[in-house]
Amino acid sequence: MGIAERVTSGDIRAVARLIRDIDDKVPGAREVLKDLYPSTGRAYVVGITGAPGVGKSTLVDQMLTHLRKAGKTVGVLAVDPTSPFSGGAILGDRVRMQRHSMDEGVFIRSMATRGYFGGLTQSTRSAIDVLDAMGKDYVIVETVGVGQDEIDIVQSAHTTLIVLVPGMGDDIQALKAGILEVGDIFVVNKADREGADRTVNDLRLMVEMDEKRYKNAWKPPILTAQAVFDKGVQEILDEIEKHRTYLTSSPERGSTLQYEKVKHDLTEMIRDQIINKVLADIVNSGEFEEALQSIMKRELDPYTACDTIVLQKLKSGTK
Amino acid sequence: MDQKRKIRVLVAKPGLDGHDRGARIIARTYRDAGFEVVYSGLHQTPEEVVQAAIQEDVDMIGLSSLAGAHMYLFPRVVELLKEKGADDIVVCGGGIFPEEDIPKLKEAGIKEIFTPGTPLREVVKWVEENVKPRSS
Repeated sequence: MGIAERVTSGDIRAVARLIRDIDDKVPGAREVLKDLYPSTGRAYVVGITGAPGVGKSTLVDQMLTHLRKAGKTVGVLAVDPTSPFSGGAILGDRVRMQRHSMDEGVFIRSMATRGYFGGLTQSTRSAIDVLDAMGKDYVIVETVGVGQDEIDIVQSAHTTLIVLVPGMGDDIQALKAGILEVGDIFVVNKADREGADRTVNDLRLMVEMDEKRYKNAWKPPILTAQAVFDKGVQEILDEIEKHRTYLTSSPERGSTLQYEKVKHDLTEMIRDQIINKVLADIVNSGEFEEALQSIMKRELDPYTACDTIVLQKLKSGTK
Repeated sequence: MDQKRKIRVLVAKPGLDGHDRGARIIARTYRDAGFEVVYSGLHQTPEEVVQAAIQEDVDMIGLSSLAGAHMYLFPRVVELLKEKGADDIVVCGGGIFPEEDIPKLKEAGIKEIFTPGTPLREVVKWVEENVKPRSS
């Protein structure tokens, strides 16, 4: 049996190894992904993001329990940051979800961000495809909401949850222009803590101020939860279902969304490959090193150098 | 761009032992050595450890035990890996063990045993020399 077939038949080892190959950029993995693509597009993808310590993993753990009770199978991708100094990472999200590890209907995988050239967005997207092709009903992607990569990842989800905790106060305003804009559902976790009402109000105000944007569109609900006590978790899942219904209820909306998603994914993929191939060519060339030396001596400015190099590259093509 | 594989390690504490300071220090040390370390937390059954190792596709499992049940727990992990056809995953252990248990553990398939006082540098060096990231 080929790897693709083993994946679609739910072979855990094959799935685990394929995701590793994707992460390590083994060329063969791409071939398998090509074969798997027709089997994808069935899973519902939920992205969960928020600052470290807000309770994302605990929430995922509780969601797993509820979804499993409802007879759904779930794949989880938990992304943690790579140390920029050593290139290593401690992937600890699993600690909170370990009680599901013996459940055949759950597949949990930790992934590291692997730095700027790690291609996290691409490898996560491919890993989502693998879990989708494996036959999981839901794929939950958990990331620390700090960088653009992380925002991109949750944006490739059907429904994006932003998890916050009380006490962030004015920080919400600061965050507004970033990650908060991609949320389909807001969750104020640890809602038994002081200031929960205030956080809910701040969020509500933020959503209300964007009224134009939400006219005739999905308006993000703001929910409270205490994930560790399983409070508010079912309500979160209900909202996810509502959002799903919203996305799929109108065929027009459905196909527009799909068009945008496919377009976004393909654009990213092309961009990644151009960066990887063309940039590597340039950086490894002698002219690049020469230009660097000249710029350091102030004999050449970086703007001219950039124009010259890019123009030359476009003319000559890649090897 | 970069096709070098990273070493992936699972650090786990099997059994009812709640002392995870050592395991955490080891996890941190491995991270600083450039490995990707999956930490699965306390109170794991050997079955859970093996399942996590397979799902995470790790090259090595580092088991920590300070509570005396290592003679059952450690060999059981090796046994289960064999059953699942995943015995290419290297298993080593760290913690407090009676001297006479160490050769028995090695005989049961635990590749190396680290006891208190082992310099962290040596623990990393051992991994670099004995654990190769999967090649195919």
